[in-house]
Amino acid sequence: MDFSLSKEHEMARQLFKDFAEKEVKPLAQEIDEQHRFPRETVDKLAKYGFLGIPVPKEYGGQGCDIQTYVMCVEEMAKVCGTTSVIISAHTSLCVDPILTYGTEEQKKKYVPDLASGKKLGAFGLTEPGAGTDAQGQQTKAVLDGDEWVLNGSKCFITNGKEADVYIVIAVTGKVEKKGKMLKEISAFIVEKGTPGFTFGTKENKMGICGSSTYELIFTDCRIPKENLLGQQGKGFAIAMHTLDGGRIGIAAQALGLAEGALETTIEYVKERKQFGRSIAQFQNTQFVLADLATKVEAAKLLVYKAAAKKDEYRTNPKISYSVEAAQAKLMAAEVAMEVTTKCVQLHGGYGYIKEYNVERMMRDAKITEIYEGTSEVQRMVISGALLK
Amino acid sequence: MKVVVCIKQGPDTKGGVKFNPDGTLDRGAMLAIMNPDDKAGLEAALRLKDQYGAEVTVLTMGLPKAADVLREAIAMGADKGVLVTDRVLGGADTWATSTTIAGALRNLDYDLIITGRQAIDGDTAQVGPQIAEHLGLPVISYAQEIKVDGDKVTVRRQYDDRYHMVEAKMPCLITALSELNDPRYMTPGGIFDACKAEITTWGRADLKDVEDCNLGLAGSPTKIAKASDKVRKGAGEKVVPESPEEAVSYIVGKMNEKHLI
Repeated sequence: MDFSLSKEHEMARQLFKDFAEKEVKPLAQEIDEQHRFPRETVDKLAKYGFLGIPVPKEYGGQGCDIQTYVMCVEEMAKVCGTTSVIISAHTSLCVDPILTYGTEEQKKKYVPDLASGKKLGAFGLTEPGAGTDAQGQQTKAVLDGDEWVLNGSKCFITNGKEADVYIVIAVTGKVEKKGKMLKEISAFIVEKGTPGFTFGTKENKMGICGSSTYELIFTDCRIPKENLLGQQGKGFAIAMHTLDGGRIGIAAQALGLAEGALETTIEYVKERKQFGRSIAQFQNTQFVLADLATKVEAAKLLVYKAAAKKDEYRTNPKISYSVEAAQAKLMAAEVAMEVTTKCVQLHGGYGYIKEYNVERMMRDAKITEIYEGTSEVQRMVISGALLK
Repeated sequence: MKVVVCIKQGPDTKGGVKFNPDGTLDRGAMLAIMNPDDKAGLEAALRLKDQYGAEVTVLTMGLPKAADVLREAIAMGADKGVLVTDRVLGGADTWATSTTIAGALRNLDYDLIITGRQAIDGDTAQVGPQIAEHLGLPVISYAQEIKVDGDKVTVRRQYDDRYHMVEAKMPCLITALSELNDPRYMTPGGIFDACKAEITTWGRADLKDVEDCNLGLAGSPTKIAKASDKVRKGAGEKVVPESPEEAVSYIVGKMNEKHLI
C-alpha cells in the first residue's frame, strides 16, 4: 500500500493550490456576503480545464483520474466552499451520468461543451416531497409522439439558474414489483431555454451562499424523445449511481473545508496572544489541534480511497464504490463540521466575526452533512451493505 | 517559427532565503520554482505559439531534478524539453553557464531565443546577453512587450523612466521581464502529458563548439567570497528641523557622511 502521491498528482495539487490562492480566495468572502454566483471564477475554471478533469480526451476533457478531480475540489474548498460545489455538481452530477449512461450521440452532443466549461451542468432529483425516497417523486414525463412532456418541479438544485444542461429525474409510468404497483422512474437531459422550463425561487441559504440554488419548474416542457438518458425505467438506479460519485465530490469538499479551517487556525493561534503568550502555547489548543489534524487525516484517507475505488470502477465497471463513497462522505462531512466548529471556538470572539474566514467555513460545512444524501442516508447505505 | 526558451529552476524566496554554513544557498531547504522572469519568457513564447503556431522548446541546465521545471513548462503548453546535466558542468558562474547553454543551442533550430532577464538567486542579468554573444546574435534585453512580423521582432524595452522600441531581424535573443505578462497556469491534462513526455538529456559530450576550460567550476572566473540575505532597512531616524534651511543643511550633511555627494 503506497500512501505517497504520484508526480502527476503532486504537480496537480500544486496547480490547484496556486489557482485557489490567487483566483478563488480573493473572492470568497465577497461572493458569500453578496450571495453572488462567481461567474468570473467559473470562466477561469473553464479556461484551465478544471470543469472536465476526469473526462476522457476524446470528449474534450483533460483525461485525468478521479483522484486528480478530488484534489481539485479539495483545494478549492480550502478557500471557498461555493467554488468547490460548482465544480462537484457540474462534474459528478451532470457530466458523469452522461458519460456513464449516455448514447454515443448524447456524449458527442453534450460532453465536449461541458468538459470545456462552455456549458455548465446541474442535476435535478430532489422535490419538496422526495429526495432519496424515489416513490415520492411527483415530476412526470409523458411520451407524446417524438417528444417527452415534462410537468412538475425540482427544488434545491445546485448551479440552478446558471447551468445550461440538466439531468432531470421524472416518473414515466407504473411498474409492478413484488405484487405492488410502483412508480417507474426515468432520467432525462434537459437544456436551458427549452419552452416550458423556468426557474422558481432562489434559496436563501446558511452557507455556500455564492452557489446558485434554485427551483426548476417544468410546465408542458417538451424535449426530444432521444433525450431520455439510459433506459426507460432505470432512472432511480441512474440517480443513485450518480449520487455515489457525487458523494466523493462532496466528501472532497468537506475535507477541503476542514483542512482550510485547520490551516487558518494554526496560523491564528500562533499569532493571538492571551495572558502574555500565544494561545498555541496552551495545552488545550495543542490537544484540540492534534485531535482535529488526526481526524482530518483519517477523513482524507477515506476520501482518497473512495476516489481510488471509483478509478478502479472506470476500468472494471463490475465493482461498486457505493460503500466507500458513503463512508468517505459520512466521515469527511462530520469531521468538517467538528473541525470548523472547534476552529471558530479557538478563534474566540474573532471566530464569530465575518472578517475571519472560519465562520464562513463553519456555515459551509453544515451542508456537507445534508446534501447528496444526509449523514443518516450514508449510514443506511453502509449498514445496508453490512447486513445484506 | 521555432522558439527556444531558456528556463531555470530557482529557489522560492517567498519563505525566506536559507544558507549553508559555507555561505552557499541551501537549495534543499527551499522549494524549487520556475524562475519568474523565465516564466514570463515562456508565456511570451506560448503566445507566439497560440498566434502563429510556433514550436516552443524549453531548455534548462542543472541537476537531473531540473527536469521538473521542463515538465512544468510542457504542462503549460511547451512542445519539447531539453535538459543539460553533467557533473563537470556543476558550480558554473554566468560565463560557464552561458558557454554551456550556447553549446546546447548550437544543436537546435531556432528563430527566436527567449531568456528571463535574471535569475531570482543570482540577479546578475548576464547569462541571456552572453548567450547571444557566444552565438553571434542580436540581443534585446528587458522586454516588456514582444511583437513578431515576418522575420522581424519588435520589442518594447524597459529603460529607467522611459522605454525603447527596438526592432531586430530574427534569429535573435530577447530577455524577458516578469512584468511582460501574466503567465498561464498548467492544465491538469497538460500535467499528465508532461509527466509522460520524453525529456531530451544532454551531457558535456553533446555540447557543440565549447572548450572544457570554459565549463563548470573550473571554467568560472567568478568566485563567490560570501553570500548573505538582504539586510533589512533600519527603522530610520525622525528629525524635526526648525527651518527649511536647517533641514537642507541636515540632509546635505548626512549625504556627505555617507559619501553620496
